[in-house]
Amino acid sequence: MNIDKDQYKVRKEPYYQAQGNEVALFEAAYRNRLPVMVKGPTGCGKSRFVEHMAWKLGKPLITVACNEDMTASDLVGRYLLEANGTRWLDGPLTTAARIGAICYLDEIVEARQDTTVVIHPLTDHRRTLPLDKKGELIEAHPDFQLVISYNPGYQSLLKDLKQSTKQRFTAFDFDYPDAALETTILARETGLDEALAGKLVKIGQTARNLKGHGLDEGISTRLLVYAATLIKDGVNPVEACQMSLVRPITDDADIRETLDHAIDTTFA
Amino acid sequence: MTETEYQHPLMKAYWAQLDTRFKQVENVFEDVMAEALAVLSREELPHYLEAARLLGKLGRGVEPMLVFLEEWPGVVSALGKEATLPDVMAFVMKMQKSPNGKAIAPFIQTLAPVARRLHTREQLQHYLQIAADLMARTTGSIHGHHTTFPSPGLPLFFEQAPRLLDQLSLAGVKNWVEYGIRNYPNHPERQEEYFALKSADSRAVMQRERHGVLFVDVERKLDLYLRGLWADAEQLVPYSTAFDEIRKPIPYYDKLGMRIPDVYDDFTPAPTRTPGVISGLDRYRATLAHMVGHRRWTTAQIADNWSPFQRMAVEFFEDCRVETLLCRDYPGLRRIFLALHPQPVEGACDPETTSCLRHRLAMLSRALLDPEHGYRDALLNEFVGRFHAALADGPASSPAMAELALSYVARSRRPSDQFAKVWFDDTVIDYRDDNRHMWQFIEDSDDEDFFDDPDKSKKKEAEVQALPPRHYPEWDYHSQTYRPDWVSLYEHLHPKGRGSDIDRLLQKHDALAKRLKRILDLLKPQDKVRIRYQEEGSELDLDVAIRSLIDFKGGATPDPRINMNHRTSGRNIAVSLLLDLSESLNEKVAGSEQTILELSQEAVTLLAWAVERLGDPFAIAGFHSNTRHDVRFMHIKGYGEGFSDDVKSRLAAMEAGWSTRMGAALRHAAHYLKARPADKKLLLVLTDGQPADVDTQDERLLIEDTRRAVRELDEQGIFTYCINLDPKADEYVSDIFGRQYTVIDNIQRLPEKLPELFLALTK
Repeated sequence: MNIDKDQYKVRKEPYYQAQGNEVALFEAAYRNRLPVMVKGPTGCGKSRFVEHMAWKLGKPLITVACNEDMTASDLVGRYLLEANGTRWLDGPLTTAARIGAICYLDEIVEARQDTTVVIHPLTDHRRTLPLDKKGELIEAHPDFQLVISYNPGYQSLLKDLKQSTKQRFTAFDFDYPDAALETTILARETGLDEALAGKLVKIGQTARNLKGHGLDEGISTRLLVYAATLIKDGVNPVEACQMSLVRPITDDADIRETLDHAIDTTFA
Repeated sequence: MTETEYQHPLMKAYWAQLDTRFKQVENVFEDVMAEALAVLSREELPHYLEAARLLGKLGRGVEPMLVFLEEWPGVVSALGKEATLPDVMAFVMKMQKSPNGKAIAPFIQTLAPVARRLHTREQLQHYLQIAADLMARTTGSIHGHHTTFPSPGLPLFFEQAPRLLDQLSLAGVKNWVEYGIRNYPNHPERQEEYFALKSADSRAVMQRERHGVLFVDVERKLDLYLRGLWADAEQLVPYSTAFDEIRKPIPYYDKLGMRIPDVYDDFTPAPTRTPGVISGLDRYRATLAHMVGHRRWTTAQIADNWSPFQRMAVEFFEDCRVETLLCRDYPGLRRIFLALHPQPVEGACDPETTSCLRHRLAMLSRALLDPEHGYRDALLNEFVGRFHAALADGPASSPAMAELALSYVARSRRPSDQFAKVWFDDTVIDYRDDNRHMWQFIEDSDDEDFFDDPDKSKKKEAEVQALPPRHYPEWDYHSQTYRPDWVSLYEHLHPKGRGSDIDRLLQKHDALAKRLKRILDLLKPQDKVRIRYQEEGSELDLDVAIRSLIDFKGGATPDPRINMNHRTSGRNIAVSLLLDLSESLNEKVAGSEQTILELSQEAVTLLAWAVERLGDPFAIAGFHSNTRHDVRFMHIKGYGEGFSDDVKSRLAAMEAGWSTRMGAALRHAAHYLKARPADKKLLLVLTDGQPADVDTQDERLLIEDTRRAVRELDEQGIFTYCINLDPKADEYVSDIFGRQYTVIDNIQRLPEKLPELFLALTK
């Protein structure tokens, strides 16, 4: 089996602004090949962080976006039918274990709990992956590491990780960066000037204050970046904010009106 | 014959035309005529006098005539040149012919203030129509007597009319009157209370009909505004502005919350000022933002050594400081503040004759906020400069503002400030709170009320034993409106009895339970369902794969759908069972020794057992009512509870009594069901009769209300289903529940019917 490792490499440095000591801590975890869990609200930079670390460590990164309909064979692999019978096709997790990549399971709780159990043997001292349908036991490549992300906030009670899964990981707790840092991030990422970026951050915080009062999640850093990008492109700031910050996150007329008011008064 | 001799021949002619011998009229005639001549034209004057003469001849004493003479010029000046006199006189004659002659004087008495609020003749005609309608429908029919009774509400209505029109549009007045007529046609005392604006209903309906932005309508928005923009979660408490005519309350905040008016009309600034109407909502926001500013930046000052003037100046400076800081956060607020802030005209107040302190401070306040104030006063401009310098780097502080204010007062003081005549025009800034939080008095002063009953808080606590009532509206089909907060509903846990009785019931229906169990097992969610024949799937379906391969090798086109998938199928239904526990349940069922209540108990037991096995979240509650003031809602089983001994003992203690006010109970059950996260929500109602209550004579009323409630529930995504035990139910049940009902004629079979019905509904 010949897999092109390079296609999974992160070539260009993804911009990542550290909020604390997470880069060094991740490196330590990787040195010891400990599985890592990244927690935090949506759009706060979890995936960007993982990408950045893969680039920094120079390892291939295989990302799987988990969803409810995902089954174990979507991770591990399945048989396909061919002219001469069947052919086995590795799933992303298997590929990563073979080539020694960082396997990143994004939004792991979206997958059903019985599906996530297949990662267990890879996350403890065994570091193996049994392919029972194929009758093969894969020893994970020495470079292989498993990283999962999950958002403890917005999902329902039903969507939580099993204790037995949780206890296999070291974890980072992410949150939206503080105002000054977030302003820097917006400015760096999009080239918007700091003053305007600060106003966007302010609107973002307005929405974050409303979390739990009709909003499941505040405005994410990602959406703020979208808004900044639109403004940079010459869109009127008020409209850019309505389009990228308010309309996506709520259908509640009262909240929409409140946020629109915040935008109007901020950009007046 | 009067012996007065008027000097002026015209006057003499007028007096002759009036043709009256009332002494009281004579006393004021000259004054009245002077006023009338100023307003009325030559052509109108004879009509005026003729109308007055007529009123004098009605045989109702001097009052109508006197009042008319005095008030009519006011009406004419309010409505302009339009000929309204015939309309008014026609209405007076109508009253005169009915038993309502006594209402003529109040009618004319308030006509001028009413006219000032109505502006046009057309609107006045509407007003007369409303009054005529009120008169026609409330006159005479009291207790079935002969029609000689006057309308009890009519004179009171006329007395209240100016105030009503102040707060309501004409349409609102019409609704308000309509409500009073319909609800109190047979209670003269209640009707009087209503039209005198003394009863709670009357005030509530008036509140509902008010124009402007009502607090209740925007409460959530304001709450979000506070939280979102200002990260403040203070309680908002509205105060009424409708009934305090003389002393208009001002917003304030204290330990119990932020007090704001219950309604704000849209604010249209004077044409000379910044254009653009400020909506009621924005006025609320400005008020809240201002208070938030104080909460953030204001520190209390010790006020004992300052005079009231000094305190006032400090307040103005501090108000401007917090607003400046607020505008730094949200620059757009400045537009709203400036639009709401009065713009006093420089030099409008004459310091020689009037106390101009307020005027000066309002001007200063304007100048501090508005960079384009354009005032030329040197002192004012100096202090504006000092104010901005103080705030240039950082938020400054309350003491710094106090210092600035004191120095301003010292330099701008004038002897005339002490005058009793105070200049008030353009100095009231109504979005600002009363600043009570700013002052701290070391010694109790005598200009405030400082009494506090230490026992008060304790007494309150003792009173709160049960949950406070919840108020629900009731639908009035006559007017197609809701009666606001009409029903008081008290909820509590059902008392307990012996739970073992319920276990015995289950044993009794053992055979039935077994049969049910078989159905249940079929219904139980099958966790994994295999879906075959998929092109993409999680696993190879070997049977199909081999068949396809054979086809392929044999040269035929193979079926590409060789995979299979798994799907989990689950039930996600929340169920609430609402039991009618009214008196009629105590009747024995024909041909049986058991009462309907006992049979219901058995049925509910079986149903609860069945649902428990299915695992659907399930709640049981009973209700009955004793007039609209006391609807009782008793929880028997909550969604979170299992079918435990507690639940069984509550079920065992079920008792029947009182009446069936179903609408409120439905709304309350829905209140809980709505909050469940389930996909499907089912509300089962088990009842033995139509909605009825002792305080409602009109049968249709509660039926229509219940029907309305079912519709509301439907809008909230709740499926309501009625199980009716009344053999005659066909007459009304489909009116209420549409097609979502079953009538069980053979009540003895209820215990087996109910669970079966439930299973059929949720299959």
